[in-house]
Amino acid sequence: MKISSLKWAISDVGVLARRNLLALVRIPVALVFSVIQPVMFVLLFRYVFGGSIQGGVPGGYVNYLIPGILVQTTIFGAVGTAIGLSQDLQEGLIERFRALPMSRMAVLAGRTVSDVGRNLLVLVVITVVGIAVGFRPHGGIGNYLLACLIMLIFAYCLSWGFAFIGLAAPNAEAAQAMTFPLIFPLTFASGIFVQVASMPGWLQGFARNQPITQVTESVRGLMLGDIHLPMGRVLGHGNSTWVALAWSIGIMATLAPLAVRKYRKVA
Amino acid sequence: MTENAVEIRNLVRTFRDGAVTALDGVSFDVPKGQVFGLLGPNGSGKTTIVRILSTILAPTGGSATVAGFDVVKNPDAVRRSIGLAGQYATVDQNLTGFENIYMIGRLNHLPKDVVRQRANELLAQFNLSDAGNRNVKTYSGGMRRRLDLAAALVAHPPILFLDEPTTGLDPQSRQDLWFAIESLVESGVTVLLTTQYLEEADRLAKQLVVLDKGKIIAEGTAAQLKAQLGTTVLSLTFQNLADADSALSLVRDLSDKPLNHDGTVVELTVNSGPATAAEALRRIDASGVTLAGLALREPSLDDVFLNLTGHKAEDAPAAEPVAKGRKAKR
Ligand SMILES: Nc1ncnc2c1ncn2[C@@H]1O[C@H](COP(=O)(O)OP(=O)(O)OP(=O)(O)O)[C@@H](O)[C@H]1O
Ligand SMILES: [Mg+2]
Repeated sequence: MKISSLKWAISDVGVLARRNLLALVRIPVALVFSVIQPVMFVLLFRYVFGGSIQGGVPGGYVNYLIPGILVQTTIFGAVGTAIGLSQDLQEGLIERFRALPMSRMAVLAGRTVSDVGRNLLVLVVITVVGIAVGFRPHGGIGNYLLACLIMLIFAYCLSWGFAFIGLAAPNAEAAQAMTFPLIFPLTFASGIFVQVASMPGWLQGFARNQPITQVTESVRGLMLGDIHLPMGRVLGHGNSTWVALAWSIGIMATLAPLAVRKYRKVA
Repeated sequence: MTENAVEIRNLVRTFRDGAVTALDGVSFDVPKGQVFGLLGPNGSGKTTIVRILSTILAPTGGSATVAGFDVVKNPDAVRRSIGLAGQYATVDQNLTGFENIYMIGRLNHLPKDVVRQRANELLAQFNLSDAGNRNVKTYSGGMRRRLDLAAALVAHPPILFLDEPTTGLDPQSRQDLWFAIESLVESGVTVLLTTQYLEEADRLAKQLVVLDKGKIIAEGTAAQLKAQLGTTVLSLTFQNLADADSALSLVRDLSDKPLNHDGTVVELTVNSGPATAAEALRRIDASGVTLAGLALREPSLDDVFLNLTGHKAEDAPAAEPVAKGRKAKR
C-alpha cells in the first residue's frame, strides 16, 4: 500500500468514526442504551440482588460487581456495531459509500473504532457511578488503566464478529435480536455477576473457561490487586490477562475476515 | 479516454443463482456532454444498470466502461469519475445537510477547506442554505433529494448517474431539478438519467433507450421515438361495456398503432389529435352510441409500451424480493 493511500485510508476511517459518534450524540435513545442501562445494572445488583450474593473479595460484593459490569457494558457496546452497520445498510448509505473512491475497509473500521470511543465514555461513567456506590479499587491507577485497555481490546475484537452479524441481518432489529442468544449465555454464565464456583458443576467448566470470564478475571485482578483465597488459590489477573488477549486476537483473526468477506458481497 | 462517457456491451446480470434475470444483454453508448435517458417501467433493470456502472454491483456477463475505465478491472478510477444520486435519497439522517455534503466530500479525498467552501456553495445552489445546519431528519422528501444530488456533485464529477431523480417530487421541485440538470450539462457534465416519465425523458434527454424486462426494446432520439409513437392519445370513455365494444369497430381504422381497450375506455395513439377527435365524434354520434367522456393527452410510458410491445407495461411484482441494500425504503 502506498503511503498516500494509507494516509487516505486513515482519513476515511476518521471521517466515518466521527460521523458515527455525532449520530450517537444526536440520538438520545442510543446514548440511553449505552449509558443508562449499565447504570441500572449497577444499582440493581448493588442494592437489590447484591445482598444475597457472595463476592468473596475484600470490600464486599460491590468490589466484585463493578469490574464485572464494566466488562459486560463494553461487550454490550459491540452490539452497537451490529445495529449501526445494519442501519447503514438498510438506509442505502453503504451502497453510496461503495460508489466513492474511499478505502474499502473504512466502513467497517470506522464503525468499530467509533464503538471504542463510545466504550471509553461508558467506562468513565460506570467508574464514577461505581465509586459513588462504594467501589474501591486498590490495584493502582496504572493497573486500572491497563484493565480498561484489556476490555477495550476485547470489545473491539468482538465487534468485528458482530459486524458480520450486522451485515448478515435483514434489519437493525433482527441484528440486535441475533446478538442476544450469543451475549446472554456468555455474560450471565460467567464470572461477571457471581463466582463461577457457585454454579452447578456441569456449568462450571464452560463458565470458567469461556472468554468473558477470562476477561473479567483479568480486569478484576488488575483493579482490585491480587487476592489470596483460602486453600492457596490466588484470585488475580495472572494468566487470565494473557488468556484474554489470546482470545481477543483469536476472535479478531477468525471473525474479521468473515466480516470483510460479507461486506464485499452485500450491496 | 474514449469518445463516449459510458459504453455497455452485452451486459447481463442475474440474481438468486440465475433464477432472476435483471439484465439480459444490454448494449448502448452514452456520448459525452449530454443527458442520456434510460426509460422503463418498474423492474425493467434501470437501477441494476446504474449500480453496475457505479461499481456497486458486478455484472454477471458482458462489459461496461465509464470514462474509459472498465468497471470490473478499474473500479477506483471509475469511482473518481462519477457522482451518484441513487433511486432513494441516501443521506445520513443524523447529520445536518452541511455535514452530509462535507462527509461525502472528505470521502472523495478533497481537502477540508475546499470541501467546506464547496458544501456552502452547493447548499446555496440547491436552495438549502437556510436548512444547511438542520438535521436531515427535519427535511422534506424534496429537500432530501436535492441534498442527495448536491452531495453527488461535491467532487465535480464529469459523469453523473441519476436514478429516478424526480420521482415523488412536486411539479415545482421537478422543474427546479430539470433546470439544475440542464445547467450541469451546459457546463460539460454527462448525465445518465433513469426515469419512468416519458415527459421527463423527452424534456431532458437527447438520446434514450427504452428497457423492458432487462432488454432494450427501442432506442433513438426523443423525436424519433415520438414519431414512432404518435404524439397524442385520444381517450374515449363510454357508459357501458357494450357501447365501448361497438364503438371499437367504428374508430379502429383512425390509428395504425395498437389500440388500448380497457373496460369502458378506448384509447388511440394518433398524430393529429383534434382532427381525429372530430372524426371519431362524427362516427360515434352517427351510430347513436352515447359518449361519456373524451380527452386528448400526452402519451405516457404505458402508451409507449403498448406501442412498442403490443402489451401493457407490466406492473411491478406485488412483493419485490427483499434484497440487501434495497430493503424497506420509502
Ligand atoms: N438484489 C436483488 N436480488 C434479487 N432480485 C433483484 C435484486 N435487484 C434487482 N432484482 C430484480 O431485478 C429486476 C430489475 O430490477 P431493477 O431494480 O433494476 O429495476 P428498475 O427498473 O430500477 O425498477 P424500478 O422502477 O422499480 O426502480 C427486478 O425484477 C428486480 O426484482
Ligand atoms: Mg430502480
